[in-house]
Amino acid sequence: MTAQSTRRVVVKAEGVRKSFGRTEALRGVDLEVTEGEVLCIVGPSGSGKSTFLRCINHLEKIDGGRLSVDGELVGYRQRGDKLHELRDREVCAERAKIGMVFQRFNLFPHMTALENVALAPVIVKHEPKQVVEERARLLLERVGLGDRTASYPNQLSGGQQQRIAIARALAMQPKLMLFDEPTSALDPELVGEVLDVMRGLAEDGMTMVVVTHEMGFAREVGDALVFMDAGVVVEAGLPREVLANPQHLRTRAFLAKVL
Amino acid sequence: MVVLLAAMLVHSLVFTDTTRGGVRQSRYQWGIVGHYFASQSVLQGLVVTLELTAIAMAIGITLGVIGASMRLSPNPIVSGASWLYIWFFRGTPVLVQLFFWYEISYLYPTISVGIPFGPAFVHFSANSISVFTAAIIGLGLNEGAYMSEIVRAGILSVDEGQTEAAQALGMTRLQVLRRIVLPQAMRVIIPVTGNETISMLKTSSLASVITVTELFEATDLISARTYYVVPLLVVASLWYLIVTTVLTTGQYYVERHYAKGALRELPPTPLQKLRRRVASFSLRQTDAVLESDPFLGSLN
Repeated sequence: MTAQSTRRVVVKAEGVRKSFGRTEALRGVDLEVTEGEVLCIVGPSGSGKSTFLRCINHLEKIDGGRLSVDGELVGYRQRGDKLHELRDREVCAERAKIGMVFQRFNLFPHMTALENVALAPVIVKHEPKQVVEERARLLLERVGLGDRTASYPNQLSGGQQQRIAIARALAMQPKLMLFDEPTSALDPELVGEVLDVMRGLAEDGMTMVVVTHEMGFAREVGDALVFMDAGVVVEAGLPREVLANPQHLRTRAFLAKVL
Repeated sequence: MVVLLAAMLVHSLVFTDTTRGGVRQSRYQWGIVGHYFASQSVLQGLVVTLELTAIAMAIGITLGVIGASMRLSPNPIVSGASWLYIWFFRGTPVLVQLFFWYEISYLYPTISVGIPFGPAFVHFSANSISVFTAAIIGLGLNEGAYMSEIVRAGILSVDEGQTEAAQALGMTRLQVLRRIVLPQAMRVIIPVTGNETISMLKTSSLASVITVTELFEATDLISARTYYVVPLLVVASLWYLIVTTVLTTGQYYVERHYAKGALRELPPTPLQKLRRRVASFSLRQTDAVLESDPFLGSLN
């Protein structure tokens, strides 16, 4: 773990703020994710953990602070002291380097599994279709669905859909993967198959930010754990330590309920 | 009750008789209907009606997609322009709009294409706009306003998560719309568009007021000459019904195409339905045999 301090910082958040109307969802979030690290964010609903995740790929615009991925500001460009908003096309280019997996899968229902996985690299990165389809097949095999390439999402279970969603994000060959409660919408017996795929990704060295309620996963796979409440990071540290010996009252109260 | 009413209707269609030239015949004069049904001028009118409907709908759908995309744009000038267009063309009767396009050469004698307030590349006299073109412009622009709202409703019916997932993959606004949102919006848009097409088929008869010789105008011209008013109304109605039937069937297949992925199993085509019904009928007969036979029935 000490080696991580010398590693490249992929995500850097400094005092990130975000409001929806009068509600402050994020009230100054500071955290860092280094290359190859798996950061798990836990916390009660409404704590701002999903909002923060969505800020990382600019699905939400931040209102204050600084947020950068790979040294580049998310959604903005700095000229002198001023921040300029990026144009749609530039934001898209930033997003293309970041994969995201959603709680409700959000697969494209009018496309087969293979089409879901192979679409974006072709139309966003302009890669040749044959190359992409070959890669898509390999990815589907890797998530254990090599035999379901021609299936439509509604012909598949939630667990299968989520694994395809992971393959879809990986097809863009991202340098960072965001997971927004990837197992929360699944039947209990399907959770394992998705977590297995995520564990495999972590072992391959993918940088991951995972918002989750799976404390077991956080303990086993996570390199770092962050507990968020009311729009701020309350506690951060090694997952084993935070889970076993929480320092803050709020962390203790939350963990007492979920563990 | 329904059967009785139907019988009365059929009776009236055939036996409401009159004497014309010493020969008793149905007031509907089915012989005359048959004579003009496939006459050349009626068929020519039919072709014009089909052309009007097809071109006006094509313009309408194109404008509808553009109008809806603009209306949903975050840019207030873009969405405002779309709002204004819809407001104007939905707010005035299409009949009035048709007359307006008919009179366009009075308002703007020459039309030129070029740099606004600068040099023009092409000049042409508005008089050279034919009544057919005027009808197409009128019907198409009016339809575009309605289609805009239909397409917008379709776009709004697609789950927000779809847009987010597509954006997260790095797709631009236009790519998200074209690849992800519109194909799914089709499920909502197609049935209503089918309805609009059928409506347009009949609305196109309004083009007769600006002297376009479409189906209704063609039959009307014949009845003005021959005084066979009712038979030619029947001729026009029959053709409208026939085309509507064809369009309805086509709509069914288009809807079926866009159900891909939304339904686990596609609904059967009418032909498949018929085959299944025949199959289940023969099955039921074997069941009946089984039930009537006490020995075989007890085996079940």
